[in-house]
Amino acid sequence: MKQMELRLNVNGETKTWTISPGDLLLDVLRREGYFGVKRGCEKGECGTCTVLLNGRPVNSCLLFAAHVEGQELLTVEGLAAGETLDPLQEAFLEHGAVQCGFCTGGALLSAKALLDRRANPSETEIREALAGHYCRCTGYQKPVEAVLAVARKRKPKIIPEEAA
Amino acid sequence: MSNEYRAVGKSFPKVDGHKLVTGAPAFTDDFHLPGMLWGKILASPHAHARIRHIDSRKAKALPGVHAVLTYKDVPRVPHTTAGQAWPEPSPYDTYLLDSKVRFVGDRVAAVAAESRAIAEEALRLIEVDYEILPAVLDMEQAMTGASVIHDEPDSKNIYDAGHNVAGYILREIGNVEEGFREADYIFEREYRTQRQQHCSLEPHISICWLDADGRLVIRSSTQVPYHCRRQVAQILQLPISRVHVIKPRIGGGFGGKQEMLLEDICGALALASRRPVKIEYTREEEFYMARSRHPQILRMKMGVKRDGTIVASQMKVLAGTGAYGSHATTVQGNTGSKVLPLYRAPHMLFECHVVYTNAPVAGAFRGYGCPQGYFAQETLVDEIATELGIDPMEFRRKNAIRLGDVDRLSAQLGEGREGLARVIRSCGLPECLERGATAIGWQQKRKQRFDRHEAVKRGVGMACAMQGSGIAGVDWASAFLKMNEDGSFFLQVGASDVGGGADTVLSQIAAETLGVTLDKIVITSGDTDTTPFDVGAYASSTTIISGGAVKKAAQKVRAQIMALAARMLEAPVESLVCAENRISAPGKSISMGDLALHAMYKEKVQIMEGASHFNTDSPPPFCATFAEVAVDTQTGRVQVLHLATAVDLGTAINPMYAEGQVEGAVTQGLGLALTEELLLDGDGRPVNPNFRDYKIFTAKDMPTLSTILVETEEPLGPYGAKSVSEVPINGVAPAIANAIFHAVGVRIRKLPIRPEDVLRALCEEQKEELAAV
Ligand code: FES
Ligand code: FES
Repeated sequence: MKQMELRLNVNGETKTWTISPGDLLLDVLRREGYFGVKRGCEKGECGTCTVLLNGRPVNSCLLFAAHVEGQELLTVEGLAAGETLDPLQEAFLEHGAVQCGFCTGGALLSAKALLDRRANPSETEIREALAGHYCRCTGYQKPVEAVLAVARKRKPKIIPEEAA
Repeated sequence: MSNEYRAVGKSFPKVDGHKLVTGAPAFTDDFHLPGMLWGKILASPHAHARIRHIDSRKAKALPGVHAVLTYKDVPRVPHTTAGQAWPEPSPYDTYLLDSKVRFVGDRVAAVAAESRAIAEEALRLIEVDYEILPAVLDMEQAMTGASVIHDEPDSKNIYDAGHNVAGYILREIGNVEEGFREADYIFEREYRTQRQQHCSLEPHISICWLDADGRLVIRSSTQVPYHCRRQVAQILQLPISRVHVIKPRIGGGFGGKQEMLLEDICGALALASRRPVKIEYTREEEFYMARSRHPQILRMKMGVKRDGTIVASQMKVLAGTGAYGSHATTVQGNTGSKVLPLYRAPHMLFECHVVYTNAPVAGAFRGYGCPQGYFAQETLVDEIATELGIDPMEFRRKNAIRLGDVDRLSAQLGEGREGLARVIRSCGLPECLERGATAIGWQQKRKQRFDRHEAVKRGVGMACAMQGSGIAGVDWASAFLKMNEDGSFFLQVGASDVGGGADTVLSQIAAETLGVTLDKIVITSGDTDTTPFDVGAYASSTTIISGGAVKKAAQKVRAQIMALAARMLEAPVESLVCAENRISAPGKSISMGDLALHAMYKEKVQIMEGASHFNTDSPPPFCATFAEVAVDTQTGRVQVLHLATAVDLGTAINPMYAEGQVEGAVTQGLGLALTEELLLDGDGRPVNPNFRDYKIFTAKDMPTLSTILVETEEPLGPYGAKSVSEVPINGVAPAIANAIFHAVGVRIRKLPIRPEDVLRALCEEQKEELAAV
């Protein structure tokens, strides 16, 4: 099969991988050891495979890897700064928002994308942002509380509403 | 309850949480083995057929294919896939591969190949000539025996194969006929429930390989590593000692993984190819090739006195187990034994036929038969109360089982065999009712009547439920503890944390008993080589049974530590206090670390102990569920606005995770009540095996949840704990159905309650009203 080279930035590191043009981003990421990206449905329906592509949540099961050439990806593995957990990760632990953890990586990334965009989101906005992430364990109560807690703790950044 | 606990009763974050929030490789699939092959199962396209001829030569010849298995290549061992204690009460009606297929999705063949694409191509190359047999999908029709699903002679323990009856149950206490004669009123109604799928976000997956000693290693997403080991050994005809099952982190189970589902075929492929093999269900396969909740038709009859006293209650159930009888009689036994005794009628009868159909296989699912039973019982009770003009909550309070009562029905309905009588030693149901009612605003909202002309009407409804905590006399567990030279402890348990926080709860029990901080406990769970036996994660047993084993082991270790400390501190054992990693006598103390160093290098003793535990009773947790709904009379749409759940769980070992269990359970209950149903077409093909067409609740669909933990002290539980994970699912559907009645005056007696069901009922009621004028 024809092979090609893929250059991209994952979690702040430049990577060059050999892929086939038809490879899905989900499969390539897992093959390269980013196991935090989960395979829950492969149909863009469950959100467990979510990564941030240039800061926006996407379902990696729906994207060809070739599509992200030269772009920036963040996976859940890149969320913590070294040993220091992201406040969202801390909050998910503190609030009991993690049960089995299979949906957690995706949900954390969408929450991060929301908080990066909206300084002080409402509960409704948080629920909207998490709506693409099926969770069969928690009933969403504690994940929503965790994101709300982080949002409330943060100093509101001055971002004009339109930019959101 | 005692507030002196330092580890028990505290909302610690999960001990395995860090790896889960950082995306560390913790799950079955997060793991590459060199040379690993893709396994894939050829699924039957027919609901019922005999394989006249099967030819796998072309598939075998495909480059990259390392094994192709059909029924001709594997041992034929009748077994059940139900992950239950030996001897399993479920019929032995399943084969690794068979010459007959019994539902769309049944195994025809299996391949292992170097890539997924090659494996899929190989499946296409297998030539199968089917003799198509008439399929039965209707439960009532199945019992005519016109088409026999299990006509093979070697299956065992099927109640009446000729009439497709997998199991039959009849139990009575008192004499219901007499009871009905004594009654002033008799109510009888029929209810129907659906096929619900677990939808664990992680589909079933197994990876099998042969280790350096040639032993079969199975890394698998299972709730029952020990049962799985025993069953795979039996099916593949290996000594148990040649099988090693590892349960890593599991992405949700809910009963769906209380099943030996892929491990046997994956193991067979690994043995045939001598290479590591992985099989993972796709989401679509997961919907119909894994398990689902048993659909039931329930006829419920109750006799009551004018004052609202229930004198007789009778439930007759027809349940569909699908093509195989996994959990057939046990799930259905629960529908009677854990539901009817909630009300203290002197006369009770439970009868059930569990029938085979050519449908996907049903199995264990959170609540294990109770959600179906409670839907029938709790809506009927509501109807009776309304008819008698009694507040439904009062009616329940009057009739409900209470402290000191003996539930005699359970004695007759054990896990597929005679059970043990159940004595109520702790009961927080009255408090659950009280606090749940306050949370929803029951008194005020029940009285409120809404404008008849408003299109959207509101109502409140409620339901009660109980469950068990482990299977009395059957479930047992063990734990092993050893001390390290820094004063930390390795805790080894066979228990299987499937995401609910069992590892954390068990560590808390160990820490409490030993007098150490939680960070001193390092837990390993669910590995058949390195951890002692446990039946696994089901029947709400982990906290009470595995927790009981941990507490016992920790008490023994603590005794060793205290004896040594007494010598080292030259103080009598009785004067010692052990807390926060130190043992103190008046005026002197020693750290656990120093004591451990001394034990190991001076005394040359490993401080360690193991213990086993079981209970002869299964203390029920209780639950009261209150729902407030808005019903749109023009569209039939039901919106749940508020769901309040109060659960008596004994002691909450970890309140935060106990709440999480409740919230998760009620969310699955909402789906059961309103949206979820795996549908089949007339040929038995699944119609909606994906998340787009099978609707589970998302974050934005949720009502306001109020979760109330009502703590009691259960004498049989470690630190007073009972169970929590299953009971809250039982009351959701009936509470919603009752709230719909309160809102718009129609009774819906089927699940899920779809807008069209509500509309139809409203139209019929209107017709009746018109006819009456
Ligand atoms: S795996 Fe991509 S959305 Fe489910
Ligand atoms: S925590 Fe299990 S699916 Fe969300």
